[in-house]
Amino acid sequence: MQTNPALEYDYSISKLFLYATIVFGIVGLLLGVVIAFQMAIPQLNYLAGEYGTFGRLRPLHTSGIIFGFTLSGIWAGWYYIGQRVLKISYNEYPFLKAIGYIHFWLYIVLMALAVVSLFAGMTTSKEYSELVWPLDLLVVVVWVLWGVSLFGSMGVRREKTLYISLWYFIATFVAIAALFIFNNLQIPTYFVSGYGAWTHSISLYAGTNDALVQWWFGHNAVAFLFTAAIIALIYYFLPKESGQPIFSYKLSLYSFWGMMFVYIWAGGHHLIYSTVPDWMQTMGSVFSVILILPSWGTAINMLLTMKGQWHQLKESPIIKFLVLASTFYMLSTLEGPIQSIKSVNALAHFTDWIPGHVHDGTLGWVGFMIIAACYHMVPRMYKREIYSGKLMEAQFWIQTTGIVLYFSSMWIAGITQGMMWRATDEFGSLAYSFIDTVTVLIPYYMIRAIGGLLYLIGFIMFTYNIIMTIVASKEIDKEPQYATPIAAR
Amino acid sequence: MELIQVIREYLYFFTTIALVVILYAYILHLYRSEKRGEADYEKYGRLALDDELSDKPIEENIKKESEKRESIKES
Repeated sequence: MQTNPALEYDYSISKLFLYATIVFGIVGLLLGVVIAFQMAIPQLNYLAGEYGTFGRLRPLHTSGIIFGFTLSGIWAGWYYIGQRVLKISYNEYPFLKAIGYIHFWLYIVLMALAVVSLFAGMTTSKEYSELVWPLDLLVVVVWVLWGVSLFGSMGVRREKTLYISLWYFIATFVAIAALFIFNNLQIPTYFVSGYGAWTHSISLYAGTNDALVQWWFGHNAVAFLFTAAIIALIYYFLPKESGQPIFSYKLSLYSFWGMMFVYIWAGGHHLIYSTVPDWMQTMGSVFSVILILPSWGTAINMLLTMKGQWHQLKESPIIKFLVLASTFYMLSTLEGPIQSIKSVNALAHFTDWIPGHVHDGTLGWVGFMIIAACYHMVPRMYKREIYSGKLMEAQFWIQTTGIVLYFSSMWIAGITQGMMWRATDEFGSLAYSFIDTVTVLIPYYMIRAIGGLLYLIGFIMFTYNIIMTIVASKEIDKEPQYATPIAAR
Repeated sequence: MELIQVIREYLYFFTTIALVVILYAYILHLYRSEKRGEADYEKYGRLALDDELSDKPIEENIKKESEKRESIKES
């Protein structure tokens, strides 16, 4: 039987982003494990000269995971979900297909240049915005191309209503565009003064203002890449995989606007007890606490979608990943506001509890969601069942153990650190010097590194399972409607 | 400077109140329009489930369809 390609969804662009997700995932996680072991065993800093130091590798880890693994996963999801909920095929629209390909390849060029420049030590020294200004311009082009794809696809849609996932994709696009531009306003020093390297620049803002803009960006990069775009994914993949419509569509709309109103004000909590005006610190703190409501609105909506269907949790490893992702979303969106309360922040700020919190969200929520999305998409893209269910189960438990080791060690380390910094003797003098806290934390750093290693091992199992699904798994006749077929082996 | 401070405080206070009112009004709007039969939001939950190209759209994009028909006529 001959099939008309115009009547099938085109997964070619989504496949490319899927490959990128896996590659950046392995590289980003590997770098994370290396720097975690460097914290436990400082001698590991000297393995590769300047290129192997913690300071050089840390931005590569964060950028690799945020802008490599996560963004690729988001875009693999967009090029897959977008067509389906708009009921269009890129086979019918060569322009949109071409935009998708240009988007992907320019993004890969950008990421390659980012890796080289960061390894070479070229950095603006702004956290999560380390790239030098010429690369920032390329980021804008890549982002605009995504916008063309996003709004171009919506412009030709057959389905009038935009599904809630698309609202979140739009929010990600608009918010990151504004955040990125304002945070990266800078003056290339060579072109103004004639001095220094042509790639060097200084921020347009100074001192406290620079810190404020930096954390307005930094926190909302978390809000719109690690939260909004990942919510976009779960609002599609959990209902589709379980065969259950969202528990309350109204709650999804309401949580959306709640989150849009509240999240953008919360960045000030990164600067509590700094030189930022006190009212701004309070505002950051208050909005962070209010943020629990829209965040839990989404997470509870996801868990209630499984109402009456909890047997699927036992039967399907993909549902396990999705439900645990929602649960970690609830955990980290409760933990974050707690850390934002001024009195808690006095203890928690600058301690290891903060990276502990970040990794609940990234490993548990973002990582598990993207992994589940890939497991859902690959059998449909290649018309094959998943290679091994047992491997998925093993991966799930190894990675979950890794996350628990990670965050529990960092909770203990962070609170120990905070308490030791504050401890005074009967004369009011500090009881410990800084190095005392470092020595006491070494065992926890080791546990954290092992936790990270377990997560990486799980990710390699995932990669193997995906590759075997593509090349060696049993073919299926037609695209499954809901639950993804998984081989029993 | 003090005047600006006062204006800022009032602005902050009233903006917060306005945002709270807007958000509550939005919930009311969602439930009321469903009660009056003007909208059925829950049906959009099916968008993720009935997403094959051959599935009938929940609400056809009329503009898009009329454009398509016109281009067929022209050709």
